[in-house]
Amino acid sequence: MSLLLDVTGLTMRFGGLLAVDKVALRLHEKEVVSVIGPNGAGKTTVFNCLTGFYQPTSGQIVYRGEHLEGMKGHLIARKGIVRTFQHVRLFKDMTVVENLLVAQHRHLDTNFFSGLLNTKRFRKSERSALEFAKYWLDKVGLTEFANRKAGNLAYGQQRRLEIARCMVTRPEILMLDEPAAGLNPRETEDLDRLILELRDQEDVSILLIEHDMKLVMGISDRIYVVNQGCPLADGTPEQVRNNPEVIKAYLGEF
Amino acid sequence: MSKQVIVNALISAVTFLVLAGWLLGISMQAEPGGVQLVFAEPSHLHWLWGGMAAVFFGQLFFPSQVDKLRHVAQAKKQRFKLPAMDRKGSNLVACFVLAGAIIWPFMVSRGSVDLATLTLIYVMLGLGLNVVVGLAGLLDLGYVGFYAVGAYSYALLAAEGWGFWTCLPIAGAMAALFGFLLGFPVLRLRGDYLAIVTLGFGEIIRLLLNNLTELTGGPNGISGIAKPTLFGLEFNRKLKDGGFDTFHNFFDISYNSQYKVIFLYLMALLLVVLTIIVINRLLRMPIGRAWEALREDEIACRSLGLSPTVVKLSAFTIGAAFAGFAGSFFAARQGFISPESFTFIESAIILAIVVLGGMGSQIGVILAAIMMTVLPELAREFNEYRMLMFGLMMVFMMIWRPQGLLPMSRPHMQLKQEA
Ligand SMILES: Nc1ncnc2c1ncn2[C@@H]1O[C@H](COP(=O)(O)OP(=O)(O)O)[C@@H](O)[C@H]1O
Ligand SMILES: [Mg+2]
Repeated sequence: MSLLLDVTGLTMRFGGLLAVDKVALRLHEKEVVSVIGPNGAGKTTVFNCLTGFYQPTSGQIVYRGEHLEGMKGHLIARKGIVRTFQHVRLFKDMTVVENLLVAQHRHLDTNFFSGLLNTKRFRKSERSALEFAKYWLDKVGLTEFANRKAGNLAYGQQRRLEIARCMVTRPEILMLDEPAAGLNPRETEDLDRLILELRDQEDVSILLIEHDMKLVMGISDRIYVVNQGCPLADGTPEQVRNNPEVIKAYLGEF
Repeated sequence: MSKQVIVNALISAVTFLVLAGWLLGISMQAEPGGVQLVFAEPSHLHWLWGGMAAVFFGQLFFPSQVDKLRHVAQAKKQRFKLPAMDRKGSNLVACFVLAGAIIWPFMVSRGSVDLATLTLIYVMLGLGLNVVVGLAGLLDLGYVGFYAVGAYSYALLAAEGWGFWTCLPIAGAMAALFGFLLGFPVLRLRGDYLAIVTLGFGEIIRLLLNNLTELTGGPNGISGIAKPTLFGLEFNRKLKDGGFDTFHNFFDISYNSQYKVIFLYLMALLLVVLTIIVINRLLRMPIGRAWEALREDEIACRSLGLSPTVVKLSAFTIGAAFAGFAGSFFAARQGFISPESFTFIESAIILAIVVLGGMGSQIGVILAAIMMTVLPELAREFNEYRMLMFGLMMVFMMIWRPQGLLPMSRPHMQLKQEA
């Protein structure tokens, strides 16, 4: 398994607040890696640094040998690293299928004149985008809602749509920020299955932030624990579960 | 008999009346004063009523097989549907409106046609600004600057002897270039900041026009701008030096100043129709979807690999190009331009048209443009209070109907239902 993402010494400072302090993280091909830690530990901030939404104060982010620090967010996304948000960010007034078309923007025929003249090539590109969108709607079970406004979907469906929207960009790394938050147990199980399916059938590597310990322990290949911005421990679910420091600081309930 | 069938029959009958009415009910006769419309004789009208009744009862008792055909087609073709250029019904309505708009100037006074031409310029400007403000969500208060660039581009090129139809795309391209250059540094700003900077740019362009006296004539402007021609045919009474021919001479009819006015009107109509077609295509293109997505959530757009700057810049540039087209037509129609025509109040009026019409809504913008240009004419005696009424209207609109006259309804991309 080759190394995809290698993060070392990642630090993010907001004024006097050290939100992330020398976090290291590795992600290999076809791996599910989780980042856990109490609220305010800096998990989302790590995601924001990795996806270019924040410029990290220091540290290195290397993706397939290429440095990503300082790169613009949309360029990082084009390299194949996409993420969902802790609070769902869909295009609420657009339909479900349109959300998936916007995400395929750069794979489409965006030539001004071929669109204006509605050329054969243009229609072909639009049709294949629709078909790809349909493929993902089927996967996440939203086909019947394809023409609904995204904002009118139930919460769990919106979560799944957000994942599908990431997937149609054909990413290599998918980063999910608390995807199970607010889901009922059945939906969480579906999510569990979906994530494994993404890894095994679609060849994406997944970086996951999650509080649902059952989910995390069940699907993660490795887990990183952060506490108040500092890396606390990492290892397989088994190792993390039995790590005395983790138990003391965070997982007391296990 | 279902209600649907009766409604269908009624619609068919009325459609028949409107269609056949043009052909049977009215005839055009050439008279010395121009073309006159004459109503047909009663005997013709009887045929009209008879035909209408036949269509109505025919539809009532033998409802069309169209629906069944449609079902068959649906069952066969279980693919995805791309949004059609227009929904069938509105397509028909659009054709009628267009036909009416083409015939109309031949029936009314010169002044009305002139006013209508002005209205069409504002329609074009409104539609163009609508791309920037309504579709892409960028508040641009300096739109008139691009209008000015278009107008001056045409005026200067025409002085070099270039024809209108050659200048038109160049003027559009010049305005687009300005839009691109100005947009580049400012589009990272948001909301109010963007509005203020664009306001500044609009003023800068006006001040430049005022002070580059050698090129633009300064406050005196440029006069004697060549009028557009119809394939080289001029609409003046006398041929200019080196001109090809005049319209009335070529067709061997007597000179009538009405021809020119109608020609300008029809040209403006053509430009507006082209604008509408282009914008309708844009709405169905990836860039149109990207505009809406960006308006809704810029952060999500970035996370999906869309470059906000490029998307915004495209809206800004395309909007500016439309202003350039409108500007060059304006210069051609007026024959005279000066910086006076491009003050901030113009930007405000165009923006008011967009807001009044309903941001993003094309029909709304068209209606609002008509309102904003025709109402002041109708209420001439209140001219002093014009701005006051204008302000009041905006305030009341914001209170009662903040979404505008006709809120936007965008053609939605649809995934075809599996039957
Ligand atoms: N843009 C910001 N400006 C200032 N402080 C921030 C910003 N983003 C996050 N923080 C702070 O960083 C810390 C970590 O936040 P976050 O990464 O959201 O935690 P988690 O996702 O682990 O719950 C919090 O104390 C939060 O207040
Ligand atoms: Mg968080």
